[in-house]
Amino acid sequence: MTLTLWYALTGVALLVVGVYGLVSRVHVLRQIMAVNIVGAGVFLVLVAGAHRRPSGAIDPVPHAMVLTGIVVAVSATAVALAFARRLRADADERTDGAAREDEARAG
Amino acid sequence: MTAILWAFDVVLAVTLVALAAGVLATASLFRSIVLFIVFGLTMSIAWARLDAVDLGLVEAAVGAGLTGALLLNTLGHMRSQAEFTPEPSHGPGGRLALALAAGTAGLAIGAAVWAWPDAFAGLGDRVDTHLAESGAQNPVTAVLLNFRAYDTLLEIGVLVVAVVAVWALSPMRGRVLDADPPGLVLAGFVHLLVPVVVLVAGYLLWMGTDAPGGAFQAGAVLAAAGVLLLITGRVAPPQLQAIVERGAVVLGLVAFLAVGVAVMAGGHAFLELPDAWATTLILLLESLLTISIAIVLVILFAGGRTDAAHPPEDAAP
Repeated sequence: MTLTLWYALTGVALLVVGVYGLVSRVHVLRQIMAVNIVGAGVFLVLVAGAHRRPSGAIDPVPHAMVLTGIVVAVSATAVALAFARRLRADADERTDGAAREDEARAG
Repeated sequence: MTAILWAFDVVLAVTLVALAAGVLATASLFRSIVLFIVFGLTMSIAWARLDAVDLGLVEAAVGAGLTGALLLNTLGHMRSQAEFTPEPSHGPGGRLALALAAGTAGLAIGAAVWAWPDAFAGLGDRVDTHLAESGAQNPVTAVLLNFRAYDTLLEIGVLVVAVVAVWALSPMRGRVLDADPPGLVLAGFVHLLVPVVVLVAGYLLWMGTDAPGGAFQAGAVLAAAGVLLLITGRVAPPQLQAIVERGAVVLGLVAFLAVGVAVMAGGHAFLELPDAWATTLILLLESLLTISIAIVLVILFAGGRTDAAHPPEDAAP
């Protein structure tokens, strides 16, 4: 087994773990982390594939694409987390509002 | 390949998969996030093993460092929820079905990877042939800033859009960050660390054209310093109205577009750097990109706008 194949298959294993986590977990933070793990798996497959040049050097194009991918992934994660915080804040507000109404009715 | 390296590869791969499983299976969200950060750092070792030092640097700073900080910050905002959230069980049948579906997809992709030819030059030879005219000695930088500059332009666009989205979603109600003042150790540590971090960022930026490094690595490292200053209350959270912050966010994108259009005056295509100017233009673009990337990442960490209508309760002075 070559270095490429070993790390590419590791990437596939990460992808499987991430996809399973994404569909089986319920908490939004865990789902966001699962998407990131899927991304890491895909990146690993791409970069392992860039390690096959007969000269032994790397193919820099997939490297540049994955570098772009990592930065885009962190932006997407930040937006997803902002959505999560907003959902949480709105849910808290509704709960507080309902509690106040209950108090008013009881009072 | 020597046996010791093989042993290393096996341990690294098993560790990566085990950490990923741990992230998703641990009941405590805090532990999950810590495992996720460890996962990112372990990934950066895997990048180094695959001769992808550029990626190792970015992964350590962004993938592990900043994403981890973002997750922990969000967990802090969600504290009212129980930290231990047992995941509802799908039942053995449901779990098996989900695992089978994920496993089948994995087998299919694994079979495709297995069928790869052992030797494949990809675009590497073409990059090598034209490296001398790219203006950069580091082939990854040459691809990012010259051969495939379009990708990088759009990437900066994505960062700006992410800031707009985060600002639009979250007026900062409540706390920005922990109200507790930093302890003596943290405050003293930040004093020592920030100048060193700025120096490292400058080095990564300067070396990026010839060796692993560049705007993204430098920007991410600089952002780490920004996050430290933010959580220790040494700088106020970025303000939406502040023209300086807004200018810094779009600086990289605007400079990139300006250079892309300006070269057309000399008869070149959009973003086609003239050979004689390439090194200068790449260094100029990377310097401006570093500033934009750093400020964008810090804003994404702060995770919301502060404005007159919604002043944060405990904004740093």
